[in-house]
Amino acid sequence: MFNRRHFLGAGLGVGAAFGAAGLLPAWARTSAYGNTGLQTLTGTNFDLDITQFPVRIGGRAGLATGVNGTLPAPLIRFREGDEITINVHNGLEVDTSIHWHGLLVPFYMDGVPGVSFPGIRPRETFQYKFAVPQNGTYWYHSHSGLQEQVGHYGPLIIDPKGADPVKADREYVLVLSDWSFENPHRIFQKLKASAETYNFNQRTLGDFADDAAEQGLGEAFADRAMWGQMRMSPRDLADVTGATYTYLINGHSTEDNWNGQFEPGERVRLRIINASAMSIFNFRIPGLPMTVVSSDGLNVRPIETDEFQIGVAETYDVIVEPTDARAYALVAESIDRSGQAVATLGPKPGMRAVAPEMRPVPTLSMKDMAMDHSDADMDHSGHDMSGMDHSQHDMSGMDHGANKPAPDGGMQVHDHKQGPGVANVAMMPVSRLDEPGIGLENVAHRVLTYADLRALEPNADTRPPERELQIHLTSNMERYMWSFNGVKFSEVREAIRLNEGERVRFNLVNDTMMPHPIHLHGMFFELENGGGGHRPRKHTVIVKPGEKVAFDVSSEHVGDWAFHCHLLYHMHAGMMNVVSVIPHEGNVEPDHSGHHGMDHSEKADPHAGHDMSKGGHH
Amino acid sequence: MRHAFRLIALTAAMAGIANVSLAEQGGAPWSMADDYYDATEMQAAREHLQHSHGDMRSTYFQAERFEWQSFDDEEVILLDANAWIGGDIDKLWFKSELEYLPDEGEFEEAELQVLWSRAISPYFDFQAGLRQDFEPDGLTHLVAGFQGLAPYLFELDAASFLSTDGDLTARMEAEYELLLTQRLILQPRAELSFSAQDIPELGKGAGLTSLNAGLRLRYEIEREFAPYIGVEWQNRFGKTADFAEAAGGDAGETVFLLGIRAWY
Repeated sequence: MFNRRHFLGAGLGVGAAFGAAGLLPAWARTSAYGNTGLQTLTGTNFDLDITQFPVRIGGRAGLATGVNGTLPAPLIRFREGDEITINVHNGLEVDTSIHWHGLLVPFYMDGVPGVSFPGIRPRETFQYKFAVPQNGTYWYHSHSGLQEQVGHYGPLIIDPKGADPVKADREYVLVLSDWSFENPHRIFQKLKASAETYNFNQRTLGDFADDAAEQGLGEAFADRAMWGQMRMSPRDLADVTGATYTYLINGHSTEDNWNGQFEPGERVRLRIINASAMSIFNFRIPGLPMTVVSSDGLNVRPIETDEFQIGVAETYDVIVEPTDARAYALVAESIDRSGQAVATLGPKPGMRAVAPEMRPVPTLSMKDMAMDHSDADMDHSGHDMSGMDHSQHDMSGMDHGANKPAPDGGMQVHDHKQGPGVANVAMMPVSRLDEPGIGLENVAHRVLTYADLRALEPNADTRPPERELQIHLTSNMERYMWSFNGVKFSEVREAIRLNEGERVRFNLVNDTMMPHPIHLHGMFFELENGGGGHRPRKHTVIVKPGEKVAFDVSSEHVGDWAFHCHLLYHMHAGMMNVVSVIPHEGNVEPDHSGHHGMDHSEKADPHAGHDMSKGGHH
Repeated sequence: MRHAFRLIALTAAMAGIANVSLAEQGGAPWSMADDYYDATEMQAAREHLQHSHGDMRSTYFQAERFEWQSFDDEEVILLDANAWIGGDIDKLWFKSELEYLPDEGEFEEAELQVLWSRAISPYFDFQAGLRQDFEPDGLTHLVAGFQGLAPYLFELDAASFLSTDGDLTARMEAEYELLLTQRLILQPRAELSFSAQDIPELGKGAGLTSLNAGLRLRYEIEREFAPYIGVEWQNRFGKTADFAEAAGGDAGETVFLLGIRAWY
């Protein structure tokens, strides 16, 4: 693949791209530089070095913090059930850490400083040792400071022990991320100074004139008055935007054009990971349908779609079968339409697909305020569901009444802390799992919704919840304060406590005007999407504005687990807590020298065959 | 000044006491990793983690109006700058206003306020502290007021001042931002001044003393840096107008402005 023509091209014209490629691991390079499939770091022993190093992005030089000198970090690939040893050396002047996102490791190997371990000090090496009873698409990243913003993230794939139910002729990992040449602490300071610093998609006088022409002066004015009265903007879709971000696929900006190759007729598996700090993406391949086969690492019943919204920290695996020998654009568009990353999937190396025009900026509606549900169905006129193929999944168990006020009916109870940190509360939150993501309501093709997802394997634990927790996602956008239940993480004096084995329902109520990807460490939860015994199991869920989302957990894995919004600056501002799974009395792992505290043997878990509690792994 | 620092010291002391009593209750909010790693290290990491997730201190400096004003017969250079340092709820605020007469080579007005600012509702802060005038009279004032964002997105700053001479005055500023484009912003601004009593030595009469109403059109080259042009109508009322006219001035004037709004 590294033929003479490309070599000359690299040497003469595209030095910048070559420079970038030189800093990338082989798997992340474009096919023009030899990548036609996946090249990976495999095995059971890994040495990872955390350092600062220069990168070139879109022809501009920057300084990254990351793993083994590459952006993104190397693809780590191992096999389900293997005993893994990873030595992480900290070559920085500050503490670092690696969190294995979505992996069911013992909590003291989870890698969150201050929750599950003390962190890795400068010039020290920390040894992670664990086995994982799972397979699929995951990733890893720093949980220290704001390192995730500057390059400290990479993909992690676990191959199944047995046969993979997903058949593919070749596969690519696509790591989506957002890069800024600004210091992340400076970005945070600017948001604290003025939360709208990066929003260049506000409604202007011109928009008012357009709306007045379309809807009449009175209605346009009333709409402005309502938002003004609330002291909010219906265009607050993303805090940090394309105004400072260059969006990346595998470390490549659109200009740098990562490209992967296919032979027409092949089944190509794309493992898509949203490893960005702050960017929810809309992912699509214009002209090429995608069959979603996995979400957050776990297989789902195949479902065909044309686009999906992927929250920060979520993963989706899709199968595509391009038959035409042409270049397809892999498009990751930021939720607020302030930018996109485009890569190419083509039959020949070095091709560049035509990047689509950015679509109009979405504007939030009354519904996102959860104030008024009389028009809850207002937006659905535009959802063309007719083209949607439901034949592949079982709708029988589905609750078609999902888009109604919260199941407990009527007004939402707010018994959480109020005050300067809580600017508004959702009076009438509704389930919106059957809606595509914010801004995708009216597109002219199929869009995946959470209600479409069905776990491939039956849910192992189908007990009804014994207890319910209500957690409000709260904020004051103006002050850039973010919290759970009005309490910032810095003010938390007691973790959220679950008892081992207890079946608990979490009800998340989004009181804010923004979608939040909420991530729970150390366990999967069954998303209550009407899927009955095949509810999708996830580690991260986007909660839309004005939405109430429910999920159940089995409290299997004893330990302290971080629980937070995966938008980095929301977490940094305080939208975080710890979920402590308290062991039954006398059920504490007595031997602390080993790393086998995670006992799956008694649990009704699809992975029950992988009993990590059994000794002899040393 | 002492007043403000005293308040800050008291607040800090109370926060300290709260932390101590919490520690005495013996409960770390979570502690299971203490069984696997050094408990002292874990304690330090926990404290650092919580502090860095919601309890950070921010700083801000803004030259809100740094402008050249052209009157009929004179020129004034004005700097309206403020700065703050602090967390989400409590902040130390500095506000200053300088008016310099380049022709005379002297300051017409120069004041500095040091305020403790506390968030008391989602959109409003209570502010209290001291104001020191350096020009024209060297007076010291106690300050109490409110600052925040009113419904319909009006920015308000209202404060009352009690001078060491016993005179009570007040000021209210309101601003609004109208986006013509994403970067071209028209900002109406009004400033009202009141006095509770006649203060002849300062040329002020009881009641509404003045109203300055301006329009500024700025272009945000960067969010943090925006040059502007504008016009302002400055009017004095009642006895204040009489004082001004008696001193050979006008009750009302129209001013053209050229300035820069910048922050960091």
